[in-house]
Amino acid sequence: MATTAEPTTAVAQPKMVNLTIEGRPVSVPEGMSILEAGKRAGVLIPHYCYHPGLSIAGNCRMCLVEVEKAPKLAPSCATAVAEGQVVHIYTEKALEARKGVLEMLLINHPLDCPICDKSGECELQDFTYQEGPAKSRLRDPKRFNPIEDFGGDVLYTTSRCILCTRCVRFMDEIAQDTVLNVSERGDRALIGKFEGKELTHAWAGNVIDLCPVGALLSKDSLNKVRSWELDHAPSICTGCSQGCNISIDTRDNTVIRLRPRPNEEVNKYFMCDVGRLDYRWINRQDRIEVPLVRRGEALAASDWDVAIPAAAALLDGKRVFVAASPNLSNETLHLLAKLVAAGGGSGAFTIRTGPEAPLPGVKDLSLRADRAANGMGAEILGFKRTASPLDGLAKGDVLVVADADLSSATADQLALPSAILVIGTTLPDNLRAASVVLPIANYAEEEGTFTNLRGRVQRFAQAKAAPGMARPSWWVVGDVLAALGKGDAYYLASEVFSAMASDVPAFGGMNYDALGMRGMVVSGGAK
Amino acid sequence: MGYPHPSHERETPVLSKYFGDRDATSLDGWRKRGGYEGLRKALSMTPPEIVDIVKASGLRGRGGAGFPTGIKWSFMKPGDGKPHYLCCNADESEPGTFKDREIMRWTPHALVEGCALGAYAIGAETAYVYIRGEFTEPLARMRQAVREAYEAGILGTNAMGTGKRIDVIIHKGAGAYICGEETAMMNSIEGRRGNPRIKPPFPAVSGVFAQPTTINNVETLAAVPHILVNGADWYKAMSLSSPKSTGSKLFSVCGNIARPGNYEVTLGFPFKDFLYDLCGGPLPGRTLKAVVPGGISVPIQTMEEAEASKMDYEGFVVQGSMLGSGGVIVFDDQQNMVKQIARAARFFAHESCAQCTQCREGTAWTTRIMERIRDGEGTHEDLDTLFSIADNMTGKTICVLSDSCAVPVVSGINKFRSEFEALIKKPKFHPVTAAVA
Amino acid sequence: MTAAIHEHETPYQPVFVGDRRKELDALFPLYPTKMACILPALWMVQEDRGWISDEAMAEVAQVLELTPAYVKGVVTFYTMYNQHPVGKYLIQVCTTTPCNICGAEDVVSAFMEHTGCTDLGITSADGRFTIIEVECLGACGFATPVMINEDVVESVTAARVPEILAGLR
Repeated sequence: MATTAEPTTAVAQPKMVNLTIEGRPVSVPEGMSILEAGKRAGVLIPHYCYHPGLSIAGNCRMCLVEVEKAPKLAPSCATAVAEGQVVHIYTEKALEARKGVLEMLLINHPLDCPICDKSGECELQDFTYQEGPAKSRLRDPKRFNPIEDFGGDVLYTTSRCILCTRCVRFMDEIAQDTVLNVSERGDRALIGKFEGKELTHAWAGNVIDLCPVGALLSKDSLNKVRSWELDHAPSICTGCSQGCNISIDTRDNTVIRLRPRPNEEVNKYFMCDVGRLDYRWINRQDRIEVPLVRRGEALAASDWDVAIPAAAALLDGKRVFVAASPNLSNETLHLLAKLVAAGGGSGAFTIRTGPEAPLPGVKDLSLRADRAANGMGAEILGFKRTASPLDGLAKGDVLVVADADLSSATADQLALPSAILVIGTTLPDNLRAASVVLPIANYAEEEGTFTNLRGRVQRFAQAKAAPGMARPSWWVVGDVLAALGKGDAYYLASEVFSAMASDVPAFGGMNYDALGMRGMVVSGGAK
Repeated sequence: MGYPHPSHERETPVLSKYFGDRDATSLDGWRKRGGYEGLRKALSMTPPEIVDIVKASGLRGRGGAGFPTGIKWSFMKPGDGKPHYLCCNADESEPGTFKDREIMRWTPHALVEGCALGAYAIGAETAYVYIRGEFTEPLARMRQAVREAYEAGILGTNAMGTGKRIDVIIHKGAGAYICGEETAMMNSIEGRRGNPRIKPPFPAVSGVFAQPTTINNVETLAAVPHILVNGADWYKAMSLSSPKSTGSKLFSVCGNIARPGNYEVTLGFPFKDFLYDLCGGPLPGRTLKAVVPGGISVPIQTMEEAEASKMDYEGFVVQGSMLGSGGVIVFDDQQNMVKQIARAARFFAHESCAQCTQCREGTAWTTRIMERIRDGEGTHEDLDTLFSIADNMTGKTICVLSDSCAVPVVSGINKFRSEFEALIKKPKFHPVTAAVA
Repeated sequence: MTAAIHEHETPYQPVFVGDRRKELDALFPLYPTKMACILPALWMVQEDRGWISDEAMAEVAQVLELTPAYVKGVVTFYTMYNQHPVGKYLIQVCTTTPCNICGAEDVVSAFMEHTGCTDLGITSADGRFTIIEVECLGACGFATPVMINEDVVESVTAARVPEILAGLR
């Protein structure tokens, strides 16, 4: 025993309960459900109505398990763990009960999996495949209900619905905008809404992800893809400064949809509709695919071997003004900051703003007014937030346009610099006077990190290939710096990040491994 | 008494003594008949003293589950700083049962008194009386009685001059059998769909408006003032069987019987005598075939079982059924059991709240199969399927509506299989038998 | 066509004004939440209007600080709330098992025959009658109970139907 009195921590440690689930001993905090304890023990108990982000409904009865010494099967979502409990998931009694539930869920289900968007990622399919009945004993006609447009992005395919009420609970408890209900009773019951009151809440699209079956579908991605054709890449939403964790789902190098990816610290299980539906720009076709170097009147297609030295020659010894996009990664911004430092200039960014739209049921989760992912990172790395993108540009500067939106820039402003270097995904008309244009990948085409408004640094992975010769932005800027003799070339984003972590105190102690999938908060917190 | 028939000498009329007596419905009339003496006595005692008397009387819940009332009341912890509630379950909807209706129609003050007494005993200041919307006359009588009780100072902030606050509030239901399930009723009072809740938490911990709550049936609450006035021993002595079944109980009798009505007998009364003597047996020229002794949710009895039953909590169980709510449905030889069981299944399918999968889908599926068999389109496999569905519907859902739907089907097929088989068509073409022929 | 119909529709008149509003306000102190007053409020609507329209649901939602969708979920749960207009006389015949074995189906047929109603739930051409079958009215010993608007008529047989209807004229 320690001889000195340890200061007691303010948060009481929860009492731990020891139990056995399917032969695996597990120790979990008191009050946890058997279903959640099962996850800790590495066994997924089949379920539909249960969702960790919602209240307990206990209505699907799919999570029935056998608890030794209990007279009846227990709904594991609604049964708390107890000391010494012995839980069996795959006994004949439990399996028969769940098989019975599946048969009941399927008797009126249309079984139209071949034309259902949910097919392949449907929990009704998965658990039926795992332990459902091989055939139905239904000899009577199936019930049929018409499809209904719920408004927003949501389509309700009534006949596929299993009445788990996840959507109703989400709208009621989390969005706190009760536009959905359970209407009618018995097997006539369905999810209803009120005529004229649509699913227009800014976060309503989450009901699509919450639906365990193909009842609630996205109109945006309706009939676009079979789910098994999709590739999934973990990423961060660039719709605002919240930094919701997402999955970018692509097919054939095209982004089909964005979906939320759970992160307890940031967005729980949710993302807003603005972020969800703002992906078409990622697929835009008018990209620059080769480096361009000015030859007299024309911008001529070139090669990296030529373009990088040309860019370096442009910058060498000049004062630099960097107009940066607030959706560039920390890595790229860090290298751009070094570029600024090398030339003794300045860097700035602007952020488009819009109305806030909080999700009331989750603390500190909102569609933020700042509609960009990395304003915080840009600020930490020394860029100045300005009202217009070229505030601070001085006559004679070399203007480096790092994917910033300069559509609002005037001809007079663009006449100020001595030269323009574009490091971007596209080449807008008003930047055609550029001397060198270096094509970069957009954020879905490279990896990196963003810093959200609370200072959380989060990684995103590459979801698709960049077009043509376009290269990751950190690589391009790193090469320019190397050509200037102001740094090393980098071959991995993680190397850039580690270099940044040793240079910039806010990122001290971080590296890609440490960040993992949850991220870390910058030291000293958000600016 | 066997209202609307005159009292039979073998009845023990306690609660039904004044059925049919219009004068008993008013406050003055009720007082003349000894009304509110039980409440007066109770208010001079402490709540634990009352609970002890009710415990000692052996009174068990008359709504169907038969839980000992005194023990239920003792779960309510006085002085926990929370508002307590009493909910009186007057949603009597169990097919075959119409006893609470008559209590409220003829002796509404008996229930007002029981509610006030019960509320005081569990430390509640508010009692909600949840009366089904179809009971328009009982609702009017109860509203009148409550109004009179407030005007007379029996209810309100100074109940019977004791300085104690007791409010009785009538809440009208709107057509949902399931609201007779206690947690569904609490949801309904709160202004929600009448969905039963998962237990735990139990109502005594978190009931209506998330506060400690006790739910009692009309008949249970109406009996309590009598126990207070006459003593626990008096009540306990009213038993023809075990100490587990004490007191008098109202039985509603309906269906194919000579004298349908409400009869009050001491628990343990022989069911055979009850059916043939008190209720007058079958209609002229008919014979009895089957009995459901406790509302449509309990297993059907053959006459052999029924005639051997003692009318108490244990007696019906021994003979393959349950006391339930005391709603006796009598079927005679003119009835087709398949048709009637199909009709019972349709009732449950109509009333399922739609929460649990097995109930929502199972009640409707059962109904479709039963009606198909009734219509001569059934197969032998259908009977196996019905058993299997019934098994899936039993003991696996939030409440017991699903189980209740399975009960008449299973007991019906087991006990009246020949009626099912008579309706099941022979296969029109069978390759093997066709080849042999 | 539909536009023309809407032009002639009279605008919705709120239920909860004047005495009705006072009646509702008097209920609020009886419950810890306003939501608990939804069943009584819907009853008031039905007493005044005979049925509960979407506009009425929206009004109830507004006075109880709920959403119309929530109110609709509640209305559709309870079968006594009419979701469509009904005839002057709503005739509800119990046909659940105990009444069924006492001839309730004949009572239904007799009502259909003598009112000119062609289908259950469809109001007669003269707008006077709507006949529906209901589940257990809780008066099984008085088979067949028939609920005509607010009144329960006990021990109805097919033979008594003409006399009962005559009393409604």
